[in-house]
Amino acid sequence: MTAPARVNFSGWTCPLPLKNYPAIVMGHGSGGQMMADLIQHLFAPLFDNDLLAQLGDSTVIGLSRMADGSSPDDTPSALRDTRIAFTTDSFVVSPLVFPGGDIGELAVNGTVNDLAMSGARPLFLSAGFILEEGLPMETLGKIATSVAAACRAAGVQLVAGDTKVVNKGHGDGLYLNTSGLGVIPPGVDIAPNRARPGDAVIVSGTMGDHGMAIMSVREGLEFETVIESDTAPLNGLVQAMLAVTPDIHCLRDATRGGLAAVLNELAAASQAGIDFEERRVPVRAEVHAACEMLGLDPFYVANEGKLVAIAPEAHAEALLAAMRAHPLGREAALIGRVTAEHPGLVAARTLIGSSRVVDLPAGELLPRIC
Amino acid sequence: MKYIDEYRDEALTRSLLDEIRVAVTRPWKLMEVCGGQTHSILRSGLDQLLPPEIELVHGPGCPVCVTPLELIDKAIALASRPDVIFVSYGDMLRVPGSERDLFSVKAAGGNVRVVYSPLDSLKIARENPDQTIVFFGIGFETTAPANAMAVVQAKKQGLRNFAMLVSHVTVPPALCVLMESPDVRVNGFLAAGHVCTVMGYWEYEPLAKKYRVPIVVMGFEPVDIARGLLMCVKQLEEGRAEVENAYARSVRREGNVPAQAIINEVFKPCDRPWRGIGVIPQSGYKFREAYAEFDAELRFPGVQAIATRESSLCLSGLVLQGLKKPNQCPAFGKECTPQTPLGATMVSAEGACAAYYRYGRYAASLQPSEVSA
Repeated sequence: MTAPARVNFSGWTCPLPLKNYPAIVMGHGSGGQMMADLIQHLFAPLFDNDLLAQLGDSTVIGLSRMADGSSPDDTPSALRDTRIAFTTDSFVVSPLVFPGGDIGELAVNGTVNDLAMSGARPLFLSAGFILEEGLPMETLGKIATSVAAACRAAGVQLVAGDTKVVNKGHGDGLYLNTSGLGVIPPGVDIAPNRARPGDAVIVSGTMGDHGMAIMSVREGLEFETVIESDTAPLNGLVQAMLAVTPDIHCLRDATRGGLAAVLNELAAASQAGIDFEERRVPVRAEVHAACEMLGLDPFYVANEGKLVAIAPEAHAEALLAAMRAHPLGREAALIGRVTAEHPGLVAARTLIGSSRVVDLPAGELLPRIC
Repeated sequence: MKYIDEYRDEALTRSLLDEIRVAVTRPWKLMEVCGGQTHSILRSGLDQLLPPEIELVHGPGCPVCVTPLELIDKAIALASRPDVIFVSYGDMLRVPGSERDLFSVKAAGGNVRVVYSPLDSLKIARENPDQTIVFFGIGFETTAPANAMAVVQAKKQGLRNFAMLVSHVTVPPALCVLMESPDVRVNGFLAAGHVCTVMGYWEYEPLAKKYRVPIVVMGFEPVDIARGLLMCVKQLEEGRAEVENAYARSVRREGNVPAQAIINEVFKPCDRPWRGIGVIPQSGYKFREAYAEFDAELRFPGVQAIATRESSLCLSGLVLQGLKKPNQCPAFGKECTPQTPLGATMVSAEGACAAYYRYGRYAASLQPSEVSA
């Protein structure tokens, strides 16, 4: 590994996006362009290595591999071809309990899903609880119970943990970090840079449910229908998909930044264009209505139990059928194609049959004025 | 979704566009006044389906974009005070002031909150009796009634810790400036449906007559916009210059009279500076004396003295007057992007520059086809 590049804050001439903000603002954590800039310009140069450069939801590591990248001769042959997936994720959602789930369930599912998106079978999780002084014991009990239940549902074990308490006013009640390990079956090669022109682009269900569920309670909006989060472990769905064909090129769970962020990341990583049709993207009527009210685009709103799959056209029908037969993929839909045109760019065919660019979200989603 | 999907119908939009194609015989330049319309036109790609004779220019109707830099700096000064909770509509937070934006004030410890309704700021005032709650009252005639209502309620409830930083602007005086400008050669105007829902369209009748231009009240969905454009083109081709209503499901000639009454109760017309355009006489609202106690600029006299000059790199003034297209600005997409905006037109979802950047950047190279499956 080469020595990490030194970051000199005083003589910072480039890049503009970081220079413009001398301190972290909320947009840096929104999953959009600002966060991409932060990672690209600050973290990536410092931690530079080929595994991190995979930029997947989880990182795929061959077990025979040493930290210097070499493969020693004495690796047992049984391990030589074994690949693991490793990931970490922190959860800072407010409120801690929301319609359709809570932070505990979200943390387990989030990490399970990050592992599943590399095709791995998720096995082991760790959990770090950061508790704010004054958090009711009852709340902690409820969330811990929910962590345990979510682990059982996803078929993973929580095998390491940590607890810290911070002073009152220094945390939002409870923050939760989860890391996870899984094993990737042989023959599976899923990576963000594998989208190829002609591939089919599939979503596993309705877009925007989680984000609008959180927004509807956080912002005190009173809708007549309760919008529920879609938080769910997707490893079962991914297993069902891989059973049909191991030849899936990309998988991504459409969390922060929503469908638009995922498609942009995959287009950029694969240096291919993506076209999709707006009318083919499933969106719940109540999510659509709430987005209209707030001036938000459901394609940019977060999901916690939905994935985007890119696979060769020849497998599309079989994949869709397998997904629709699974409870978490009932509303799966083919929404578009990978194209050799406009590499790195995502374009939508609009409802009136015209076209538009679907860009990465800039920063935090901001409701419009009127 | 009912009452939305019908107005995004492809076949209906296309048949209206066909009618435009039949009606049009020569080039016409039409201005959609409202930023919400600009956004919808670019989001749906409607502009790419228009016959080549029709050129759309984007008007000054983005409330975030026309709020003067000076007001943003005043907002930032207020939000930085430890004794103030500053409350705003979401899109104002990322608008750059001369040195920083409200997001940065928040990051530095300022108490900045986002609400959807100004009435929510009264709740914050009741819950925080030791702080002064300052609401950023911006927008056109559309947001004015709700903002005025918040002030009336605050007075009724005796909320002495509530104040409003007001930067309200009104459409008709700005249209007069555009119609009188020798540089602006717009043949017809598409008036903002939401503003007219509140104010009606009787105010526009003398303008259409005096300047001999058609003004069509237009909605925000593709079908509404196509219909508005068709009505405007027909007027031009037939040599008429009238006010017509293409948004009848929402707009009446007299408007929403109780809403107008509450605006009039709290505010009175005044001269207002528009970002990138300059001061337009009688083009905004300020507090009437009876409500002056709620004026944040009077409550915090230090703020009143803040004066700021606009950046010279940013052409947003010309964009807002329809003299330049966003992509004709040399800084567009280079120094100026939604992440590094030089002007407010690149920030707001309704800003013409942001809409161009987001939806139209590579429009020429895009032709996504239908998925056959």
